[in-house]
Amino acid sequence: MGEAKSGSIYDSLRKKGVSRRDFMKFCSLMAATLALPVGGAARIAEALEKKQKPTLVWLEFQDCCGNTESFLRANDPTVAQIVLDILSVDYHETIMAPAGKQAEKSLSDVVKNQKGKYLVVVEGAIPLKDGGVYCTIGGRTAHDIAKEVCGNAMATIAIGACAWDGGIPAAAPNPTGAVGVKDAVKGITLINLPGCPANVVNLTGTVVHFLTFGSLPLTDSMGRPLFAYGRRIHDACERRAHYDAGRFVQAWGDDGHKKGWCLYQMGCKGPETFKNCPAQKWNQGTSWPVQAGHGCIGCAAPHFWDTMTPFYKRLENVPGFGVEANVDKFGAGLAAATAAGLVVHRILRASKKEKSSEEEK
Amino acid sequence: MQYVQDHTIHFYHLHALDWVDIVSALKADPGKTSELQQSISDWHNSSKTYFAGVQDKLKSFVAGGQLGIFANAYWGHPAYKLPPEANLMAVAHYLEALDWQKNIIRMHAILGSKNPHAQTYLVGGMATAINPNDESTLNANSIAHMMQMAQNAKDFVEKVYVPDLLAIASFYKDWAGYGAGVGSYLSYGEFPKDDVSNTDNQFLPRGRILNKDLSKVHPVDQQKVAEYIAHSWYTYPEGDNVSKHPFDGETNYKYTGPKPPYEFLETDKKYSWVKAPRYDDKPMEVGPLARMLVAYASGHERVKELVNGSLKKLAVGPAALFSTLGRTAARGIETLVVAEQLPLWIGELVDNIKKGDLRIHENSKWDPSTWPSEARGYGFHEAPRGSLCHWVKIKDGKISNYQCVVPGTWNASPRDAKGQRGPYETALIGTPVAKPDEPLEILRTVHSFDPCLACAVHVTDVNRKELFKVKVS
Repeated sequence: MGEAKSGSIYDSLRKKGVSRRDFMKFCSLMAATLALPVGGAARIAEALEKKQKPTLVWLEFQDCCGNTESFLRANDPTVAQIVLDILSVDYHETIMAPAGKQAEKSLSDVVKNQKGKYLVVVEGAIPLKDGGVYCTIGGRTAHDIAKEVCGNAMATIAIGACAWDGGIPAAAPNPTGAVGVKDAVKGITLINLPGCPANVVNLTGTVVHFLTFGSLPLTDSMGRPLFAYGRRIHDACERRAHYDAGRFVQAWGDDGHKKGWCLYQMGCKGPETFKNCPAQKWNQGTSWPVQAGHGCIGCAAPHFWDTMTPFYKRLENVPGFGVEANVDKFGAGLAAATAAGLVVHRILRASKKEKSSEEEK
Repeated sequence: MQYVQDHTIHFYHLHALDWVDIVSALKADPGKTSELQQSISDWHNSSKTYFAGVQDKLKSFVAGGQLGIFANAYWGHPAYKLPPEANLMAVAHYLEALDWQKNIIRMHAILGSKNPHAQTYLVGGMATAINPNDESTLNANSIAHMMQMAQNAKDFVEKVYVPDLLAIASFYKDWAGYGAGVGSYLSYGEFPKDDVSNTDNQFLPRGRILNKDLSKVHPVDQQKVAEYIAHSWYTYPEGDNVSKHPFDGETNYKYTGPKPPYEFLETDKKYSWVKAPRYDDKPMEVGPLARMLVAYASGHERVKELVNGSLKKLAVGPAALFSTLGRTAARGIETLVVAEQLPLWIGELVDNIKKGDLRIHENSKWDPSTWPSEARGYGFHEAPRGSLCHWVKIKDGKISNYQCVVPGTWNASPRDAKGQRGPYETALIGTPVAKPDEPLEILRTVHSFDPCLACAVHVTDVNRKELFKVKVS
């Protein structure tokens, strides 16, 4: 590998004291996150040695800042630096130094001067009801801002459940008419990273994929990148062997719980949820919900506040024991099905309620 | 750990740049920065080479021309008072804190599965199973990891955050005279020492301070909390000038503000989505300052020692606590007080496990069928940002009413039906603004509350001609 091109991302990292070793470690981590074949790390490294820092702006609407917090937890000790240095984050209300008109200038400069060249991350839902009055920033509606900023971007990343499909603001009865970016701004290049919050590894993975290959990663029918949402949690779960063997936790803190048995009967939604939590885990690979002893709540599934609750009631109709390829090949009865399907699913659940509560006794 | 991490991130990443001029750090003499660092603590990153390295990184970042989140700020503003050397030290710690925070918070992942949004809390306990003889549960190994993180957390707060805070504060002592706010403070208390229902025995005590009088701590009763909506976009069937206790609270939203896009809100009418909670009909400030004042006035030994020590170091009297500076300092003091407890609390967990106590959950009320047909209850705690309470009514196994009064509602509340202002609004009265088109000083006071939302402050002259608008987030 030759000299880093002057002004490239790697060059800027090198000047900031990031060693070649740390740089390659980051590239390998990204290659693993993106599930790239052998040689993937070298390809990422090559791309980062050539490219200028792309501009990214981050919008917050009906949100709790959870995805921003997740962003701040970027994994490896050097990754925090790398994430800041790979990108030029020109607008982010929570962490940016300027405020007010100066902050707005930072955003309008990007939209004006880098039309079609910048990335935008959207965090939070966008309320459409009553002319969008339920979320305004500087007197403008979230919808208005999103249309302008996403509409002029090269690509938009909707991070977290709320930016994807409205999340908790859109949960029934959805008082503010909240929707995700996909329903608020049409005709844009969009990638969705659902979750509550999304894992920062998948954000970095998406950006690096884009820098490396010049395109956004392949997605499923719901616009979620396959590298992160292509596998069912249940199929990669460390407690799966207990499920197959019928060893279930029956009460919090019981003997099975103390032995790390399957959490299915405690309401785990792993059998209906597609995300790479078991492989990537959270906070530098420290843990994830099932490892810590609590079931998956299906936070990466569509409209999970409505479809995955009650969180502690076990799923009915978990189909098959095999490893399903991805959500698009996964059959009916899933939360991923259409709204009508969901109603059917609900009825099925309700009709089996009596039976299952007897089984649980 | 949430307190320690949140407060430190707030100080370095959400508030420090109101006091620290990054651009000025480029002019610093790294040798003098090293001397400054060594004079305030024995933190290991203190050499001239270290600070020269940080400065080089900063120079290269600026030379790259893409200033990102640091572009268009108020650099060079006359209200910045730190010498270049102190600015460089603070920039170095801004970067160190960014690394530190994501490492220590792995404790949340061990106990709570992930951060943010820990997922193991249950009604009645935790879902984190304990078994010293299993690798899939909380065991000696995970406890050792947590102990290490607790130690790292304490070290940074003790040797970096608190010394930085006092060093920076010494250049901004005039800020002990601004930003007082409403002068009355509320804390529900936090960190129960024994049974969680024993609210009289908490590490940080509960209580109220009224009218800046530290000689008396008043009791707290949730029945005295009520919310007004006179200036909020909601309606009550009884009329908009009454207040309602959260058990009977209603959230009937009705927007009557200007049609977007707009420049100004009509502040003489309704102008906020935030309700106006009042205790005994009075506005209350909540948060670290409130907790430290209640602890101080209640005779909490360690809090008294640290508060008095800080006042002495800055050569200011107790009245300085009721200010923007006092609020920011109280957050740092609280961080240290709590960080010091972390290893001790983990030690208590170890003692329980040694005794064979592996309980994590009280199961008797887990199944909704065990509940009475009608029930109600409330739960309160001190979030890092301040007092938080939820009230719930349940009918036939389902929630019939749910109301939250959270720290941001207390502090950011609009005026009530009696015209009483909330803490943010009151605190801004009398704030000097050196350059009306760059009102950095406004940010200092509003940020000192650790706001959980973006709010807008319009700077206008007496004829209501807008000079500038500051959006604070």
